[in-house]
Amino acid sequence: MSGDITPQPSADEDVQRATTDARMGGGTDDRFNSPLRQALGTSPFILTKFDRFMNWVRGSSMFMLQFGIACCSLEMMHTYAVKHDLDRFGAGVPRASPRQADVIIIPGTIVSKFAPRMKRVYDQMPEPKFVVNMGSCSISGGPFQEGYNVVKGAEEVIPVDIHVPGCPPRPEALVYGVAKLQDQVRAGESSPVVVKPYELEKFGDLERDELVDRLAERIDEDDLVMRYNWADSP
Amino acid sequence: MSVTEPLTDTETGELDYDAIFEILGDHIIDRESHVHTEAAVVRPDEVQSTLRILREDAGFDHLSCVVSQEYRDRFESVYYLKTYDDPTQEFGVVVPTSRDEPKSQTATGVYETAGWHEREAYDLVGIEYEGHPDLRRILLPESWMGHPLGLDYDQDRPQIVEYREHENPLEGHVEEGETMFINIGPHHPATHGVLHLRVVLDGEQVADLDPDLGYLHRCEEQCCQSGTYRHQIMPYPDRWDYASAGILNEWAYARTAENLADLDVPEYAQILRTMSAELCRICSHMLALGTFCLDIYGDFTAIFMYAMRDRERVQNILEELTGQRMMFNYFRLGGVVWDIPEPRQEFFDLVWDFLDELPAAIDEYHDLITTNEVFQTRTVNTGILEPDVAKQYGCTGPVARASGIDYDLRRDDPYGYYEELDWEVITEDGCDNYSRLLVRMQEVEESAKIIEQCIELLEEWPEDEREIQSNVPRTLKPDPDTETYRAVEGAKGELGIYIRSDGTDKPARFKIRSPCYHNLSVLPEIAEGEYVADMIASLGSLDIILGEVDR
Repeated sequence: MSGDITPQPSADEDVQRATTDARMGGGTDDRFNSPLRQALGTSPFILTKFDRFMNWVRGSSMFMLQFGIACCSLEMMHTYAVKHDLDRFGAGVPRASPRQADVIIIPGTIVSKFAPRMKRVYDQMPEPKFVVNMGSCSISGGPFQEGYNVVKGAEEVIPVDIHVPGCPPRPEALVYGVAKLQDQVRAGESSPVVVKPYELEKFGDLERDELVDRLAERIDEDDLVMRYNWADSP
Repeated sequence: MSVTEPLTDTETGELDYDAIFEILGDHIIDRESHVHTEAAVVRPDEVQSTLRILREDAGFDHLSCVVSQEYRDRFESVYYLKTYDDPTQEFGVVVPTSRDEPKSQTATGVYETAGWHEREAYDLVGIEYEGHPDLRRILLPESWMGHPLGLDYDQDRPQIVEYREHENPLEGHVEEGETMFINIGPHHPATHGVLHLRVVLDGEQVADLDPDLGYLHRCEEQCCQSGTYRHQIMPYPDRWDYASAGILNEWAYARTAENLADLDVPEYAQILRTMSAELCRICSHMLALGTFCLDIYGDFTAIFMYAMRDRERVQNILEELTGQRMMFNYFRLGGVVWDIPEPRQEFFDLVWDFLDELPAAIDEYHDLITTNEVFQTRTVNTGILEPDVAKQYGCTGPVARASGIDYDLRRDDPYGYYEELDWEVITEDGCDNYSRLLVRMQEVEESAKIIEQCIELLEEWPEDEREIQSNVPRTLKPDPDTETYRAVEGAKGELGIYIRSDGTDKPARFKIRSPCYHNLSVLPEIAEGEYVADMIASLGSLDIILGEVDR
């Protein structure tokens, strides 16, 4: 539904005019005869599958979560702001609450203390929801991968649709990544299944070992925890 | 303060270390020589008495940095002291403790800023500070096992991190209907990143505030300790204060490493360094201005967009120069990586265009912000930070200068080309949120003045003398057990780095003294008793970058 739709030949214009007159009363301003209407021909009806229509709507109006983590969030801000203006592509309204957002961009390094919070923010977003990984850190840990406290990529915690590499990616790269996501959503493609080794679980449900025994005094059975098995990380 | 004079050698104006050691008397068990200063070794139970003498009788009112580290035979805390009047007057206090029982007396009674420093030392290295009012982990989760910067830490051991449900403010926290507990962050638009504030409100006033850090603790010190001096460390500083202040951070590392390995920098490279660093300062202050107004007005208004527009222009210039918009990696030890791109005149024109239009842009900001009544109501006389408190907490940079503390390392502890140029240190006496913004806006103008003079010099510089790099050995291996701490004026204040070498090509201990960390530690002092809305304004005016707070 973009700019390459050409109006129908003028032979149809009289028919269109008649249709419009019949529907809206005579003498209606020409401006109501939008290029879209002209493209669809004389009929004011579109036949499509409801799912396809919904996918098109979803891809054309994406609400992003205002979610800054690290360096990449600066470039993310530049993507929303003047010059790059992500809103031009129907995806630039940052929402402060996850309950109003469709897309979460992960712009930065995930560390052990933050991963459970990010997981919870992701859980709070309504379905259908999409994830864009921005930058090397959220892809693999990036330059900090060797760090004792760094989760080796957001995919260890939540499923991800699009990866935008770079350290940080330029705003143009993020715009391209979001546009790719929109294409994917419009086409109704689902994201690949990923492994999420780190989950939030109840402390009582953890397998007992030395570490769990040592922490048993200070953590409640019902408290949620995330267990990091660093040795198994990629 | 009055006693500061006799300790200074009257002829050279330099610090008379013998006089200091004399007034410390029996407290000293040994003397140490670090590259930048002399240090006294004291027993772990005499920390407070020693520091009190140094503070009250020798005039050292600035605890600049606390370094903690583990040796094969001992733990050690090093307190680096300076004076706010003259930061070239430095002194160190080294406190060794045994490995079996790493306990040391706290310095919190003497310098408040030691509180957070010692919590960090306890968290990462494992030294216990006796008498510390609140010795908890600060960067890592409470349930963490082990101390990761210790020598025997096994990084592959599994860890369990708690996730407590956010406490319901209405359940169990209403004490006789008086106070309410509220969480702000770690995911919140006003916290400038992933900061978590635990706030107790009494009505609309802040009764208690406890910043909870560590949501972006990405092991910068460990990363630097595993890189080689010559090339592998320089990319990391860009990512500490990532508000496009990268070159200022690179300079902190460059200055320390050059001091450690005794390297020179050619004059031409110093001018390039000075110019690019000031461009970064403008970029960083523009972000501070934009996001501060975002906090005050609460939406993506024109001011935020204008600030972003001006940042884009500076980033374009920096991209021309360094090839990168944000992570510049422009400095090398002993110089910079590239000269100005050819054709040079095109680059100069780009900078001149920016400088010519900057005054009009600043006027526009003043129209939109500082003369706006709504803005003034929110910021004038809110978030008061008294100079004494600021000094106690080790505040530096625009935050300190807005409280009337005339402290700027570019002038007071000169490096680069600043000494040769004509510019002013900006101070304000308001001590409030408004003053902190004013200082930043005026500093942008001063930075523009510096850049202008640098460009004039660069334009005139003879073509065959454009030396951008001095001779530096391919592999740097400073002598074992040399220690140094050097600082530069970063965008947010005194950004210092401590390096201890062990004779290899990698540092044995790399410690970052982050200005944001200190500026944030003063937030409870500023905010308690104020309205919660003013607390948000104060947080914005402190201009913290979590990458530098948590490191």
